[in-house]
Amino acid sequence: MEKFTTLTGVAAPMPLVNIDTDMIIPKQFLKTIKRSGLGVNLFDEMRYTQDGAEIPDFVLNQPAYRNAQILVAGDNFGCGSSREHAPWALLDFGIRCVVSTSFADIFYNNCFKNGILPIVLPQEQVDSLMEDARKGENARITVDLAEQTVTGADGRVFNFEIDPFKKHCLLNGLDDIGLSLEKVASIDAFEAQAAQARPWV
Amino acid sequence: MPKTLYDKIWDAHVVHEDADGTSLLYIDRHLVHEVTSPQAFEGLRMAGRSVRAPDKTIAVPDHNVPTTEGRDNPDQMPEDSRIQVAALDTNAKQFGIHYYPVSDVRQGIVHIVGPEQGWTLPGMTVVCGDSHTATHGAFGALAHGIGTSEVEHVLATQTLIQQKSKNMKVEITGSLPPGVTAKDITLSVIGATGTAGGTGYVIEYCGQAIRELSMEGRMTVCNMAIEGGARAGLIAPDEKTFAYVQGRPHAPKGAQWDAALSWWKTLYSDDDAQWDKVITLRGEDIAPVVTWGTSPEDVLPITGTVPDPASFTGGKVDAARRALDYMGLTAGQKLNDIEIDTVFIGSCTNGRIEDLRAAADILKGQKIKVKRAMVVPGSGLVRAQAEEEGLAQIFIDAGFEWRLAGCSMCLAMNPDQLAPGERCAATSNRNFEGRQGRGGRTHLMSPAMAAAAAITGRLTDVRDLMVEPA
Repeated sequence: MEKFTTLTGVAAPMPLVNIDTDMIIPKQFLKTIKRSGLGVNLFDEMRYTQDGAEIPDFVLNQPAYRNAQILVAGDNFGCGSSREHAPWALLDFGIRCVVSTSFADIFYNNCFKNGILPIVLPQEQVDSLMEDARKGENARITVDLAEQTVTGADGRVFNFEIDPFKKHCLLNGLDDIGLSLEKVASIDAFEAQAAQARPWV
Repeated sequence: MPKTLYDKIWDAHVVHEDADGTSLLYIDRHLVHEVTSPQAFEGLRMAGRSVRAPDKTIAVPDHNVPTTEGRDNPDQMPEDSRIQVAALDTNAKQFGIHYYPVSDVRQGIVHIVGPEQGWTLPGMTVVCGDSHTATHGAFGALAHGIGTSEVEHVLATQTLIQQKSKNMKVEITGSLPPGVTAKDITLSVIGATGTAGGTGYVIEYCGQAIRELSMEGRMTVCNMAIEGGARAGLIAPDEKTFAYVQGRPHAPKGAQWDAALSWWKTLYSDDDAQWDKVITLRGEDIAPVVTWGTSPEDVLPITGTVPDPASFTGGKVDAARRALDYMGLTAGQKLNDIEIDTVFIGSCTNGRIEDLRAAADILKGQKIKVKRAMVVPGSGLVRAQAEEEGLAQIFIDAGFEWRLAGCSMCLAMNPDQLAPGERCAATSNRNFEGRQGRGGRTHLMSPAMAAAAAITGRLTDVRDLMVEPA
């Protein structure tokens, strides 16, 4: 997994609330057995007509946002299914950070496994960053994970909360499985004790 | 210290806890399907790792599989679907995990197969790379969906790294009126809390109306905890739970049954347990409901009208406007005037035997007035039972297609899809844009309500069909 430390870039505004995982990556693209290559189908049904032509109004089709690295989104982003194809598609497009007032639980966790930072901020701060995002390349946003800050185009700094373990893994690009396997003695001990206490499991 | 049911199950599964509360939680059952697992198995292979507990890992293909006869022939599947199902076949064999292939009568939707085979038991931790894993909470098991990276983590370590959620109690007091079902409860709760109302919580559903539900109904309620944003939904196990579990192929037997039962009977929230949030609905106030928009929170009693987007606040104003446009509806339109093209009965929400009985009860001796209608049983065993009970014939006589088991039109990964603009009365769980096919329009409801819509050709209050004419 790629580390996340700091990021300065263009943010795309997506103020719609409840952007779900079917919007982020429709089901027809879940038939892959790979993790890569999904960026071209990110937001597919909002981004292309049925014939595959780009819909010019869609934010990521506009020249200013074609290389956006940040999304500023409406409430409850990523609701719906557990498909990790959603963060895979965002990452493959080049999005490394999503800012919203709230995220759906599974999507939120999936982001951290893929080097994407989801940031939760209060409504008025998201509104302020949404305004920056609407200015495209004229208003870059800076994210600093170590400092837990987002800096808007006008220099206003917003602090965000993040679980210390998730932060540590993301800053260092750590592999969860490797970390958990370091505790294999504890897992062995738990299994032995559980086999006595709940032998039917 | 008094504990909730969630606290008790959590405490029984902590392998290790860091000072900041980050915990390694042991996983008792890992369910696997073909869509969210290939990259996880590939990850194991690349790292030279094995499956730590293959005897606790159960795989079944469900999302992609065709639901038409002759599907054992791989040519029936599009190439990409065929490859995904074949990958699961190979991975199951290679890693030595339990497997129900398409050709097995026990095959079906993973969340229906797990309980049916007795893999799901009270007090367990159950995960699957699928958000509707919440279903298993009906047994008093802590069950939730995970992403593919976490699937790989569980395969390799039989644990998950977790932060504990907060406790939320959803109490449904009193009894449900006739014609009102578990689906109406779960949709009404989401209507009350919103789709983000449960974010950060594990919900325990309780109260008389919940106790009065069958296990099938309880699974319907917990299934949609995820649509309310919760990590998981739980219902404390009771005599109904134990009766459902006893005798299932993988349920404990003999002395182990007795030992299990005595622990299961301790699995309830203590009277003075602390709740971070409490919601109470009166069972008597719940009506048969339908969704009108593109989020499960867009739900109203069938007696209502399509709302005016301006009646909402914040970002929901634009979202509702977009939803009406997508759904082809206008504010003020009566819900029971909305004409339906298609009816879909099935899914992990409502593909169990009781659901088919409820629909067949309404359909008996009737003919459909919609363009097409299909029943997709949740498993091969549900299908066989429905045939034995004569339900299949009722559906066929009414004009329904009688399909083989799978996820089917709930998420339309197989050929069962809506065309653009096609309007469907569906017993599934999501009405998102494009969910059942690009441009398809989904109204969520109970099986009885879907059956009512099938015979009138429009959204219909099932209670009108239940009243005997004077």
